[in-house]
Amino acid sequence: MKVLVSVKRVVDYNVRIQVKSDGSGVVTDGVKFSMNPFDEIAMEEAVRLREKGKVTEIVAVTIGGAKNEETLRSALAFGADRAIHIKEEGEVQPLTAAKAFAAVLKKEGAQLFLCGKQAIDDDANQTGQMVASLLDIAQATFASKVEVDGSKAQITREIDAGLETLEVDLPAVVSVDLRLNEPRYLKLPDIMKAKKKPIETIGLGDVGVAVEAGTKTVKVAPPPARAKGVMVKTVDELVSALKAKGLV
Amino acid sequence: MKHPFYTEDHEAFRQQLRRFVEKEIAPNIDKWEAAEELPRELHRKAAEAGLLQIGFPEACGGAEVDPFYGIVVTEELARAGSGGLIASLMSHGIGTPPVAHVGNAEQKERFVRPVLAGEKIAALAITEPGGGSDVANIRTRAVRDGDHYVVNGSKTFITSGMRADFITTAVRTGGDGMGGVSLLVIEGNTPGLTRSPLHKMGWWCSDTATLYFDNCRVPVANRIGPENAGFMAIMMNFNNERLMLAAQAWAFAQVCYEESLAYARERQTFGKPLIRNQVIRHKLVDMRTRNEAVKANLDMAAWRIGQKQFPVAELSMLKNFATTSLEWVANEAMQIFGGAGYLRGAKVERIYRETKVLTIGGGSLEIMKDLAAKQMGY
Repeated sequence: MKVLVSVKRVVDYNVRIQVKSDGSGVVTDGVKFSMNPFDEIAMEEAVRLREKGKVTEIVAVTIGGAKNEETLRSALAFGADRAIHIKEEGEVQPLTAAKAFAAVLKKEGAQLFLCGKQAIDDDANQTGQMVASLLDIAQATFASKVEVDGSKAQITREIDAGLETLEVDLPAVVSVDLRLNEPRYLKLPDIMKAKKKPIETIGLGDVGVAVEAGTKTVKVAPPPARAKGVMVKTVDELVSALKAKGLV
Repeated sequence: MKHPFYTEDHEAFRQQLRRFVEKEIAPNIDKWEAAEELPRELHRKAAEAGLLQIGFPEACGGAEVDPFYGIVVTEELARAGSGGLIASLMSHGIGTPPVAHVGNAEQKERFVRPVLAGEKIAALAITEPGGGSDVANIRTRAVRDGDHYVVNGSKTFITSGMRADFITTAVRTGGDGMGGVSLLVIEGNTPGLTRSPLHKMGWWCSDTATLYFDNCRVPVANRIGPENAGFMAIMMNFNNERLMLAAQAWAFAQVCYEESLAYARERQTFGKPLIRNQVIRHKLVDMRTRNEAVKANLDMAAWRIGQKQFPVAELSMLKNFATTSLEWVANEAMQIFGGAGYLRGAKVERIYRETKVLTIGGGSLEIMKDLAAKQMGY
């Protein structure tokens, strides 16, 4: 069985995000980027499925500019056999990405599409669902457990009331949640071997997709700065301070 | 811009190590320091993260890479602010190379592979209570008896000595001087081996021991290389040890600098951040200046070792330069931190306590100078 895993290059989760002074976006110059952490979990799950003998080939896919190759190299170091880079230097919104991934999924004939439940940059949480919808195949989102058996997969999801288990027919889209697994450390020999694995670079035109911009970013603003705290000496003082603010 | 020595692969590996240190080490290091020991589990985790294998042949489970990876490992481990962590977690870095380079295939399988997998712990035992850097005159004796050597004597200041499973030990099998020294791997469970812990000024989480050998029977099959040919293997081993000690000194000096810079920006005195005082800014620049000089020197030495050169004099001088520079930088860091640096729990406090071990261990400052002088024909 073949698995397609989508990975996205995002500003590293450790970076303190700064908004550009003109409000057009966030500062990305000189900022560290890495693979979206949820996508790392998707990669890890794909590798574990292969280790269990359920998967024979792992293909990583990404869409974006030239620097996205770094992210694909990480996916290859994780254990992807090969990678596909849909090169697009301009802004890519979820629908464009979903259409491109759907086309690749169809062309590759993969039985499973794994992705992070959302990317930590825009938190859109849309692409996986759109891929399933575009191809009219099953979807199971926010997976906390993935079991593949023949032509079906059982997916456990964490919901408010507890755990929900879905059974989906393959091919299917599965988006993964935080507690599905803990991604491994990439070993140096794997990082080095990843250099020799193939990356196929294609354009959006090659998969018959045009860039769409359904939404327009009007303004990006930082959250309001936290006001300076006040030290209180007694509980009475605390209560009256809270009352004065109308909080109790 | 491309760095002459460090590539994207070094950087990718560094990111993995950073995650490992933040997750597995930083939250626990104070606990391990207090316990004066690292858990065995950490060695297994470190092997999974791929940091124990660096620099060892692939044939025994290692990753054969350039010496800059060793520097990257040291830099990232140093971020936890504990020299004992590096000394003890990486004690195989001095204990195992003689087996990996001089040992036979069977010895590599037995004594190298499980260590690189984090299942066993290795140590190097050269120094004796009766003499420190004087390797040619060691007194621990191994007398041949059939298929065994019978070992008597003692070793001291042995890093990971309390926990080690495989102790690469210098013994006297022949006459006086350097021509009578052999290397034996003495296993931790050998009857007649007893160990006692040593409590130190720094490097607390590293279990340092004195080892006593009382009629220990060691199979001849555990001898590394030919009989009486151990001295060269020991000396070759020192080259890399000194490079790594210099890397440690550089890495901790850089931690001191970074910690001091962050503190100077944050700490308010007389109504302004500490760093707004010229005297503090100058201290920081002086610290950085020394660090840059040490790093340039270190990278050059690493490059030469990567080219299979053995610049003994340069390595001796580098070790002295890096470790004395750390003493100076750590002292300045303490001065910038003031009272806060004097408190247990501050990284600079621990690093300051641990500067001395680096000017002494792996060849003392004075021995290094003499070695350099001899090498340069003075």
